Amino acid sequence: MLKISRALWLSVILATLILTACAPAPTPAPTAAPPTAAPKPTEVPKPTEAAKPTTAPQATTAPTVAPTAAPKPPKSLLIGYTASQTGAQQVASQKQIEGLQLWLDDVKKAGGIKLKDGTVFMPEVKFYDDESKADRVQTLYTTLINTDKADFLLSPYSSGLTRAAIAVSEQNEKVMITAGAAEDLPMDGGTKRTFQLYTPGSQYYLGTVDLMAKLDPSIKKIAFVYENEAFTLSVMNGIQPFAKSKGYEIVVDEKYDSTNTDFSSFINKISGANPDAIIGGGHVTDSTTFAKQLYEKKVTAKMVALLVAPPEPTFASLGDAALNVVGPTQWEPVMVFDADTAKKANLPFYGPSSKVFTDAYVAKYKADPSYHSAGGYAQGLVLQKAIEDADSADPAKVVAALEKVNMMTFYGVIKFSTDAKTHGKQTGHAMVLMQWQKDAAGKLVKQVVWPFDAKSGDVQLRK
Amino acid sequence: MNFEILIASSLDGLTLGFVFGLMAMGLTLIFGVMKVINLGHGPIIVMGMFTPLVLSQAFGINPYFGLPVVIVLGLVTGIVMYFVAVHRVINAPELTTLLATFAVNMILIGTLTILFTTTPQALSLEMGSLQTGTITILGTRVVAVLVAVVATVALYLFLYRTRSGKSIRAVANNRAAAELMGINSTWILALSFGIGTMLAMLSGALLATLFGFTVLSGSGYEVKSFIIVVLGGLGNPTGALLGGIIIGLLESLVAVIPLPVIGSIPFSWVPVIEFVVFILILLFRPTGLLGART
Repeated sequence: MLKISRALWLSVILATLILTACAPAPTPAPTAAPPTAAPKPTEVPKPTEAAKPTTAPQATTAPTVAPTAAPKPPKSLLIGYTASQTGAQQVASQKQIEGLQLWLDDVKKAGGIKLKDGTVFMPEVKFYDDESKADRVQTLYTTLINTDKADFLLSPYSSGLTRAAIAVSEQNEKVMITAGAAEDLPMDGGTKRTFQLYTPGSQYYLGTVDLMAKLDPSIKKIAFVYENEAFTLSVMNGIQPFAKSKGYEIVVDEKYDSTNTDFSSFINKISGANPDAIIGGGHVTDSTTFAKQLYEKKVTAKMVALLVAPPEPTFASLGDAALNVVGPTQWEPVMVFDADTAKKANLPFYGPSSKVFTDAYVAKYKADPSYHSAGGYAQGLVLQKAIEDADSADPAKVVAALEKVNMMTFYGVIKFSTDAKTHGKQTGHAMVLMQWQKDAAGKLVKQVVWPFDAKSGDVQLRK
Repeated sequence: MNFEILIASSLDGLTLGFVFGLMAMGLTLIFGVMKVINLGHGPIIVMGMFTPLVLSQAFGINPYFGLPVVIVLGLVTGIVMYFVAVHRVINAPELTTLLATFAVNMILIGTLTILFTTTPQALSLEMGSLQTGTITILGTRVVAVLVAVVATVALYLFLYRTRSGKSIRAVANNRAAAELMGINSTWILALSFGIGTMLAMLSGALLATLFGFTVLSGSGYEVKSFIIVVLGGLGNPTGALLGGIIIGLLESLVAVIPLPVIGSIPFSWVPVIEFVVFILILLFRPTGLLGART
């Protein structure tokens, strides 16, 4: 009986492990050589006081091209993607979908995407819940391409899921605009029809090193504790060699599993190393938990910088645990991108201004947009611009138009690499650093703290 | 060696270990009494996590005052689950009960996902902390240990000092003989399943006071429970408590103990080490550290 029981227990554990493995599998570390120097960031416009909406939101108007021929009945244009409506990526993915839905509303209100010959494309979206699982992403993108006959694809949220989607879209020669995916590796693999909106992961934290160097030269020791996942590894491949090259000492270098909820052991190890800065995190859930437990354990590093979670407005629900936590962000509502800033940068401007986008988003969703929301809207906007520039929905012509994109939008500058080795990688967009601070009334507010010429507030050290 | 770090990690591991022990006790009790491996253990733990959350959000009840509700709900859920999914197949081959509880697992995960989605959740709980040097003991952990200890003692008093508890032990030892002595084995099996479920839900509620959670958090805790049960001894509640403490300490200490040459073991190796221990136990002490229930 005992032997049967043992065999049964073994079978059960094996079966459970297999079931557990249905969760997104850890992806291997990128093998691309890390950058050794910080790329020069694109200039970020200064924020203004008008960033927070105080009046009724203006309706956003999607840019259109005036038709030169008689109106024709609109043609359908199917845009396919998967969304993480359940699973670990649900929070950020939801924001991305909301942004995309706002773009869709704007395009429909404007009467569709109009070409010069009077052809009108009325975009429709088709999406499935990928449950935050890479294997489902591959299956569902195959369905979107072969069964639903999607004309264009947008990415799911997160680097791991997007990498899975790219494998399918490239094989099927489909154009895909990615957002919520900053990993360098797939874009360094010579993709032909994939275009990345996010600043690549390797550049996420470079500003943090520059900020620390400018702010407090006594900061010397850094503890890196981060999620063992494609995007985060990409980020670490950027910052760690950069920090070493600037003379910083790495006193802790630890990875944690994506499902980890207990950081006490990591925090004990960090406390033992007595670092000046703690840099790491991963995605919304784990970074939020990490910040909370760092606060509970009263860790006293001067700088705490975490990925993805801090820019989310919901991070403020941590209360004092959120105070002075820094986060790299692709976009913040306080940043101003409009026709004037574009003119100063000598770039064409396309789409709504950042204020119009923010106001419309707040009006629709009764919540502040995050950079994930902005990324979702920008996905649709860039595709729209490419179709208009190509004057066609032919994929080859749209790819050619995307390669020529060099413009400013509400989301910032967008330009894609045309180099064969890094084709489609984002080269125009720049990261900023935000920090949660208390305003005069004691309320937690987000401030852009880096680069200095774009800051809305001075960075505050934790001790 | 920084002894403060070692002590801090030991305390963290020990406190967590008590909760892990309570969590595994539910699984091992059910197996010990009726030879059923409850694959619904994970989502039951999750139900325990969501109960204080719902009570707190809907009625403003402090999560700790919600624990009696968790206990009653756990007991009732377990008894219902027994009659719905297990009773009819209790005498069938072990694979059948395994599939039955797996079906329960899927039903519960699906239902919980519909009700709560997979959005990360956390209890809003401030219990203060005690700090000396780098050692910080959180109030939530202290309460979790106290509740786990009280629940363990109560379980033992119930099993050894009450008629129903003695009946459970009798049925576990020899169901046919117990029935000949006039014990209603159906009711006793249902009660055992209810108590096992109650312990799992209670541990889930305590885990929710320590960490964030989602509807899908149960699978990781379920795997951990299996390891603890095998480590402590199949069907042995005391062994489960000991196994829980060992796993808790192992998780906390392995990566902070200084080692020559490599400095220390990276945390990412902890699950590997846990499973190596698991395999070694199966190979060299298959009855677990405290021996299987006889």
